[in-house]
Amino acid sequence: MTTKMFGARIPRSEDPRLVTGNGRYLDDLGHDAYEAAFVRSPHAHARILDIDVSEALDVEGLVAIYTYEDLEADTASRVGEPLPLLIPHSTLTHGRTPYALARDEVNHVGEAIAMVVAENRYIAEDAASRIVVEYDFLPAVVGVEAARAAVDLVHDDVPGNVAAVMVQETGDADAAVDAAPHRLELDLAIERSASMPMEGKGVLAEWDPDDRSLLVHTSTQTSTSVRQAVAAKLGLPVDRVEVVTPDVGGGFGVKIVHPWPEEVLVPWAAVRLDHPVKWTEDRREHFVSSAHERGQLHKVRVGYDDEGRLLGLSVRFWHDNGAYTPYGLIVPIITSTQLLGPYKPGVYRVEFQSLYTNTVIVTPYRGAGRPQGCFVMERTMDAIADDLGLDRAVVRERNFIGPEEMPYDQGLVFQDGRALVYDSGDFPASLDKLKKLVGWEEFEAYREQARSEGRTVGIGLACYVEGTGVGPYEGGHVRVETDGTVVVSTGLTTQGQGHQTMLAQIVADELGVPFERIRVTTGDTRRFKYAVGTFASRTAVMSGSAVALTARKVRAKALSIAAEALEASEEDLEIVDGHVRVKGSPGESSSIDLGAVAVLSNPLRYAFDEASQRATQFASAADPNRPPVDAGDAPGLEGSDFYSPIRSTFANGMHAVVVETDPQTAEIKILRYCVVHDCGTIINPLIIEGQIHGGVAQGVGGALYERMEYHPNGQLLNASFMDFLMPYASEVPTVEIDHLETPSPLNPLGVKGAGEAGVIPGSAAIASAIEDAEGIAIRSMPISPSELFHLRKKNREGQTR
Amino acid sequence: MTREALVPVAFRVNGSPRQLEVPARRLLSDALRHDLRLTGTHVGCEHGVCGACTVLVDGRPVRSCLVFAVSLEGSEITTVEGCCNAEGGMGPVQQAFQDCHGLQCGFCTPGFITTITAYIDENPDPSEVEAREAISGNLCRCTGYQNIVAAVQRAAELRASTSPTGGPGSTGGPGSTGGSGAIGGAGT
Amino acid sequence: MKPSPFTYHRPGTIDEAVEMLGALGATGKVLAGGQSLVPLMSMRLAAPEHLVDINHVAGLDRVEVEERTVRVGATVRHRDVELHDGAHAAIPLIRQALVHVAHPTIRNRGTTVGSLVHADPAAEMPAVLVLLDGSVELRSSRGTRSVPAAEFFVGPMESSTTADELAVAATFARPPHGSGTAFHELARRHGDYAMCGVGAVVTTDGDNAVTAARAALISVGAGPVLVDLAGAVTGSGGGFQEAAVRDLLDAQIDPEDDIHASAEYRRHLAHVLTARVLDEAYAAAVVTRRGEEVA
Repeated sequence: MTTKMFGARIPRSEDPRLVTGNGRYLDDLGHDAYEAAFVRSPHAHARILDIDVSEALDVEGLVAIYTYEDLEADTASRVGEPLPLLIPHSTLTHGRTPYALARDEVNHVGEAIAMVVAENRYIAEDAASRIVVEYDFLPAVVGVEAARAAVDLVHDDVPGNVAAVMVQETGDADAAVDAAPHRLELDLAIERSASMPMEGKGVLAEWDPDDRSLLVHTSTQTSTSVRQAVAAKLGLPVDRVEVVTPDVGGGFGVKIVHPWPEEVLVPWAAVRLDHPVKWTEDRREHFVSSAHERGQLHKVRVGYDDEGRLLGLSVRFWHDNGAYTPYGLIVPIITSTQLLGPYKPGVYRVEFQSLYTNTVIVTPYRGAGRPQGCFVMERTMDAIADDLGLDRAVVRERNFIGPEEMPYDQGLVFQDGRALVYDSGDFPASLDKLKKLVGWEEFEAYREQARSEGRTVGIGLACYVEGTGVGPYEGGHVRVETDGTVVVSTGLTTQGQGHQTMLAQIVADELGVPFERIRVTTGDTRRFKYAVGTFASRTAVMSGSAVALTARKVRAKALSIAAEALEASEEDLEIVDGHVRVKGSPGESSSIDLGAVAVLSNPLRYAFDEASQRATQFASAADPNRPPVDAGDAPGLEGSDFYSPIRSTFANGMHAVVVETDPQTAEIKILRYCVVHDCGTIINPLIIEGQIHGGVAQGVGGALYERMEYHPNGQLLNASFMDFLMPYASEVPTVEIDHLETPSPLNPLGVKGAGEAGVIPGSAAIASAIEDAEGIAIRSMPISPSELFHLRKKNREGQTR
Repeated sequence: MTREALVPVAFRVNGSPRQLEVPARRLLSDALRHDLRLTGTHVGCEHGVCGACTVLVDGRPVRSCLVFAVSLEGSEITTVEGCCNAEGGMGPVQQAFQDCHGLQCGFCTPGFITTITAYIDENPDPSEVEAREAISGNLCRCTGYQNIVAAVQRAAELRASTSPTGGPGSTGGPGSTGGSGAIGGAGT
Repeated sequence: MKPSPFTYHRPGTIDEAVEMLGALGATGKVLAGGQSLVPLMSMRLAAPEHLVDINHVAGLDRVEVEERTVRVGATVRHRDVELHDGAHAAIPLIRQALVHVAHPTIRNRGTTVGSLVHADPAAEMPAVLVLLDGSVELRSSRGTRSVPAAEFFVGPMESSTTADELAVAATFARPPHGSGTAFHELARRHGDYAMCGVGAVVTTDGDNAVTAARAALISVGAGPVLVDLAGAVTGSGGGFQEAAVRDLLDAQIDPEDDIHASAEYRRHLAHVLTARVLDEAYAAAVVTRRGEEVA
């Protein structure tokens, strides 16, 4: 009997290769390629007056040096044009993107100015260190406040440093706030952090001059889009460019941006030099020339009734988008819309300004604007509870959208350009589970006990919703080989989420084949050409559904062919363990394995092995009155299908945290971290739990440790792992998880995304707990012991409101 | 600028003698990966903090990005590839990682595997607290560490159950050289 | 991030090493554990033209426990000192401090003597050396000299070692009979540099009254800050007057703001941690006394 794979907690098929050191990450490839290094701006804002490469030219092993001049001179391509603005929006009136190599001006420390290609990275860095750039310094704009004040401008032609102003509203929220029985104003801040995968970016390009084709390997989250972009920039036909994603050591959003300057320049150099060229980003480069996220300042006005029900919510916020806007306004749009969480906000208005600063660009990092929105909403909920003397869980319950109210239209436009409609979810049930899991009702007794021991503890909670599985589409291809192996491909990419295992589980059930016979490829344009990418917690929904639909197609075809071969009717057939057989008669005479069906699906003139002999024209029992391949049919036991959602499907979750603060040192310790999580139907619980653990760790990092420290002059003071504090195991709590499954009505599998869930409410829940422990308002994150010490001092001196 | 001199160095890697002639500044991490094509050891930061590059030198975990290859004349180096069993399949630590879902992207994993291999040699039966402490010098961005802690204890379990004399990893692996944690005497 | 090129030297004896350093002068740098030097070189913040690798020099790899001292050779790894039971029995403070030095993996390669010469104000072992009135033995072609701890740490990242000198050993002196020690530090993460750290030696007489009390603090000055706290002793039961301790500390420490902690917070930690280590060191002293009496 076959075990059902969907929902099974099976270990991953990716693992044996990876744990034995047989992974193939970008830098593991191209050992004989030339290597690139870059001269990057050490200044946050400057005009480039001169680039003198003369001292670098006599470095032995140097191959080439390129600057913008070389890009501009290559008129057969478009490498001299600015990099694309990927997601335009009507309100992004002043979008700006960089050149692949700086043209006249640099706008952040780390911006690439010259590319050096050499025999190896050591020599490339030697040469790069000898290139002398002359600058005319310009004032640097750092931080949201400086950007708003606009004493100095990042871009001369962008007044007020404002890239965009966007408003969404469902009515006159300020009037609703003014008219409400109670009213509060809060100022909230979240600091910059970053995805910071353990593997940085990397690109390897190989040009075949005879075939005039380009093969690019890049550590990306979207090989299909990189392919389009590289072809466009290099002036090559798309079908002459293939992009393959190797094993990727984490992405978390930073690798969805494309094309990075290096993704254009390395292939361009490979073509010019007619030699493979590789670039492996080092950690410092990653800090100063990849992307950051999270930095926002919020001003909230909320009006509510005596029960704590929201009547009006008016939010204004300022989003620091860094020096350029290649990814458009996705992050602040997500903040604006996902801020609402599982609540009915009354009348809602959100306005944001996306502002330029002379710092690294800001593009999605796991959560992509949701952590900020969740922080704002959840601190507001706590503040309301505090004001009215109500239990914080009760205030939330009173504002929940009820399960009977689904689907619920919030009246806004989401990041996919479609209506923000929650399709499903049972928020009261989730909260119930969470309260039981953490022991919400029993906490006061615990607090008393701790107090008697001289210990200070607090409990916090936070709720969120997450629009997942955004479109436009993903596709799948499934083929059964003549030996019974099933080859599956989808175009999006993998960075550790276990896609090969998860998608194989789906196909195993849909097609009725053993899991071990299935091989899955992701992110290879040679195998699947139409895709969007891996981001926004969309793989299970999008590729999962596409692959399921595809497998169903292939199953139908298999049954049709087998029915003929077995002289049975299709309704009487089933596929079990890779064999098509008549239901209820498991004997050999009435079954045929899928490999044999695959042979039969492809009528041959020539046999190449014993199995294929069955399909040759004299051996097969084909009907002479029909063509060997029917009109509209195709040879092979394979199929393709796509899934395109009407809109996003909404996952949700709630976290509760118990913290202890040290009365003397102000150290903050997490005693318990509880998660209730609803991602619809679950394909592999082991993988889901892993995703939650990882997200929680990043949430803890963002709440207590991680912050990009920019000096007002634009230098990133902590551009290393020594001073950018990502948590070790000693800093991360054990996570206790409980699940709720409200299946999605929007896709064939009922799944919702799970990739970002763990991180979204981290800062909110931890702030809530610290505030509960200390009795001090926590309105800005992250928070360190030093900062808590100072907050305590201010509070004692009566300055905190 | 003339091409730099190459310095000869001889050491053993995963039980096999290797001779290299590399520039003095060649980091061990790069020598392993590019000169010896043992790409299982990964480079995450090159400032010694993340631990992805951790290998065993004379049985002890060392950051290979913080050592010059030429400095290790005569040493016994073990990489993640050397933690496999005699047939080249998964050794107990590697198996434990799969059993416990202790890896996602796999980039940091080799550094954990070597570290844990040496650790359970010295501590064959760690508690959960000890296991967590043992891995608190390696960064992972994917897993949140919980399953890696479980993998430490599972690895100890597997190691103990496979063989009374030290398990499949002992053929040329780190435990057998006796170099780990020499107590009571000077380092060799 | 790859280092600049350099010429590599691998002496086999102390004499060879010293001769090389003499010839190279300011262009040469000693490579021992490399755990501080190599990342600086990879970031191209340091680019010595010559490295003298002493890892294979004979005679530098011993830990010698004598009646009044523990002597650590230049190539002894932190981890070997940490695990040395004889050294621990003689001077528990050494292991108490060493467990805070980075992570075990770093301690497997980094050397204690190297850490002393590197003279990072956030490093633990300089504080231990200073607290125990230790010394560092320096050898050059001009001869050998022994520099007492109080003179060895000249400034942040600067010891009194000259370019042509090789530090061959460090000697830690045992605290007087009836002493107890402790070391505490607070860092942002496991293994990070401390925001503030304190080691203490408290000495008692036969009645368990405190006769001497000293603390050495890290990350709150240009080097390890040694503070005599005997003046804060109150009563004869190991008590220390809180305000007096604070005043004595504040007179000597000079913490700075950085991205991890404010100066004021560091100062506060200095007060809190010093109180903790004094209590612990006193308790250890009492236990030691009891042990010595029984023996």
